[in-house]
Amino acid sequence: MPLLEARSLTKSFPGVRALKGVSLTVERGEVLAVIGENGAGKSTLMKILAGVQTADSGEILLDGQPVALRSVHDALASGIALIHQELNLADNLDVAANIFLGREPRRFGWIDAARTHREAKQFLDAVGLDVKPDTLVSTLAIGQQQLVEIAKALSTNARVLIMDEPTSSLSAREAENLFKVIRDLRTRGVSIVYISHRLGEVKQLADRVTVLRDGENSGGLTREEISHAAMVKLMVGRDLSQFYPHAPHRAGDVALHVDRLRTPMYPRHEVSFTVRAGEIVGLAGLVGAGRTEVLLSLFGVTPALGGTIRVNGKEVSPASPQEAIEAGLALVPEDRKKQGVVLEMPVRENVSLASLRRDQRNGFLNQRREVELSAEMIGAMRIKTPSDRQVVQFLSGGNQQKVVLGKWLAIQPRVLFLDEPTRGIDVGAKQEIYKLMEELARKGVAILFVSSEMEEVLGMSDRVLVMHEGRLTGELQRSELSEEAVMHLATGLETTATA
Amino acid sequence: MKKLLGIFGLLLAVCLFATWASESFRSGYNIENLIRRTALFGVIGIGVAFVIVTGGIDLSIGSVICLVGCGLPWLLTVQKWSLPAALLAVTVVSVGIGLMHGLLITKLRLQPFIVTLCGLMLYRGITRGFTGDQTVGFGDGYKGLRVLATGKISIPFVQGFEIPAPWVVLVIVAVLAAIFLNRTIYGRYLLALGRNEDAARYSGINTMAMTILAYVICSTLAGLGGVLFVLDVNSAQPVDFGNFYELYAIAAAVLGGCSLRGGEGSIVGVIIGTALILVLRNVVTLVTNHSNIEFAIIGTVILAGVIADELVKRYAVKRRAARALAEESSRP
Repeated sequence: MPLLEARSLTKSFPGVRALKGVSLTVERGEVLAVIGENGAGKSTLMKILAGVQTADSGEILLDGQPVALRSVHDALASGIALIHQELNLADNLDVAANIFLGREPRRFGWIDAARTHREAKQFLDAVGLDVKPDTLVSTLAIGQQQLVEIAKALSTNARVLIMDEPTSSLSAREAENLFKVIRDLRTRGVSIVYISHRLGEVKQLADRVTVLRDGENSGGLTREEISHAAMVKLMVGRDLSQFYPHAPHRAGDVALHVDRLRTPMYPRHEVSFTVRAGEIVGLAGLVGAGRTEVLLSLFGVTPALGGTIRVNGKEVSPASPQEAIEAGLALVPEDRKKQGVVLEMPVRENVSLASLRRDQRNGFLNQRREVELSAEMIGAMRIKTPSDRQVVQFLSGGNQQKVVLGKWLAIQPRVLFLDEPTRGIDVGAKQEIYKLMEELARKGVAILFVSSEMEEVLGMSDRVLVMHEGRLTGELQRSELSEEAVMHLATGLETTATA
Repeated sequence: MKKLLGIFGLLLAVCLFATWASESFRSGYNIENLIRRTALFGVIGIGVAFVIVTGGIDLSIGSVICLVGCGLPWLLTVQKWSLPAALLAVTVVSVGIGLMHGLLITKLRLQPFIVTLCGLMLYRGITRGFTGDQTVGFGDGYKGLRVLATGKISIPFVQGFEIPAPWVVLVIVAVLAAIFLNRTIYGRYLLALGRNEDAARYSGINTMAMTILAYVICSTLAGLGGVLFVLDVNSAQPVDFGNFYELYAIAAAVLGGCSLRGGEGSIVGVIIGTALILVLRNVVTLVTNHSNIEFAIIGTVILAGVIADELVKRYAVKRRAARALAEESSRP
């Protein structure tokens, strides 16, 4: 009998069916990796298991008995603890206080500080964290804070520990240490549900893999079957070469010329590159490499500190998005809901937002033009919406992103920047976004896109620029592209080798 | 639209009740007076609606009314300025106040609440200072100017009722405001940035300039309100002239469909909201003879209105989400 079992869970949100009948089993003392692309439903599934959200239908069994996990409290009482990707610690309190937050050992109604510290020490030892219980959390490194979270989970007698992307902000050494702690917990009979994008880690750590795709189970792998290729195949569900509609482009003249650009984030580093008309260039690197900052500076959101930018040979120095747009630039920003669309406004008004100025009649709205434009973009972007009066909030993530693309296409930019264009979008919509990028390139738009998904970078780019800590560490032509080559440059290995 | 009908229905219901309950309510004099006050308060309500649309707030309106309302007669009767010079001065001061609020809020990123709260104290304090806290007024002079607030326009074939002159001012202001908000690209910019300032900025909208403009409109209309109010009552006491008027204006805007979260607003709604508040006030005084509980009743009605609005909105979101989901699953 498995320790924890979920049977055909379903969960819907406005506009999205996140889970369409997902099942999962967790055995005692194993590390189960749950993988899948963004939007596959991993996070929703974990939130349901941890009581953060409740499923619309389906059941959850613990030791073979059905349990109702209506709140985080219920889940903790059943021995299930979730460690979020973003840590949830009160960093103004000390380590011991965080471990026992809400469950402080008490004596005559007062907090028993001595016992709190004594017991905290015990859990800190269990996760191999060598700090004093009265250390302020704000003084700890991220990796240490994460161990505090684990210690906190253990202090609730958790039998199932769910970890959502635990290594996303850890250094290589911190990650190694975390793996050690996980293996140690496994030998002590704790089950770990491990969610990660990093297939290398999964290969290293997992006893078993469950793969989700589009809110459904797409398969499972045993220890012996785990391989990179097998995991990718289940995640994507089709051959990669068919998934990316990449065709070689005939690149035209240089559309964007960036020379010694300095961004506010990395004022001491200079970045220089070019993008040709009709070319798709990927900008790769690890989180924090400064890729988004380059786009934001080019687009005038955080104006550059120095360097020259030329669009079609003409020098520009955008001090605001308004100026960047006038120069022929457009940006599909990283955070779709915060920066891309106005959620409460209808499709029509979102699509026209950037072109109102161009289409105005002495300051007045050109409403006929607005209707035509949105109809045109709904067609061209294949936006699935009941009408152009539909409020964007109720569209799926992929359709929201198409609305953003439509907004920019309406002003016919020469250079299009995309920052993580397919984040949080389901697989079908992803492919549509790729097709649209292809179509734009064929029409002669110069495209520069930032992506943290290796396959997307490899699949879509004519050329890849790689950044590491604010510097451009290299450039790879399509023929030179491989995951290893990109990772080498992204981790800064190349520069240390030549230095 | 439904919201407008709802609030208009409520206004009608209250009027009907008042007509039934109080004889003095239905007197021509009372109705005329109500309509004149609605016009005066409507002007400042429309002003604050622009700020509320951007997601901001302006608490200084009452004090701007005090500054302008006391400043104008003071300049004319105490300082003996000419009428054009005095009108120019109060206009410059009103616009300047809005500009200063806008700059502090956008360039220095101060909270609108704090900036305009300081304004609330500052402008009344200044007024009490330069007037020596003495009542100012026009006395018997400036009759021609005062017609703007006290005049009446008779309707052909109707006896015993005439349209108060400020209503003309309100109609002009309201039409211009509605055209600006709904028919120009700048109105669209204000609505967009009120919902999501980042997305608006990333779409090439100069959000700072638009926000500043909203505060300028608000203070300018508050100034215009100050002029009309003082012309109406003829004398003003710096200590309480315009006191609490910002709260009437904000409440009217919210009742009329402006969301304090920004991005939503209707000029007609503001006028109906203003009328509702003033009628309520009137009814409380006439029917209960206890004008001291006026605030309690108005507060209760506004709270009830906002709660009802929120509940209706939630229900609509749920229904809409369910429909979107049904459509999604019916697709192949």
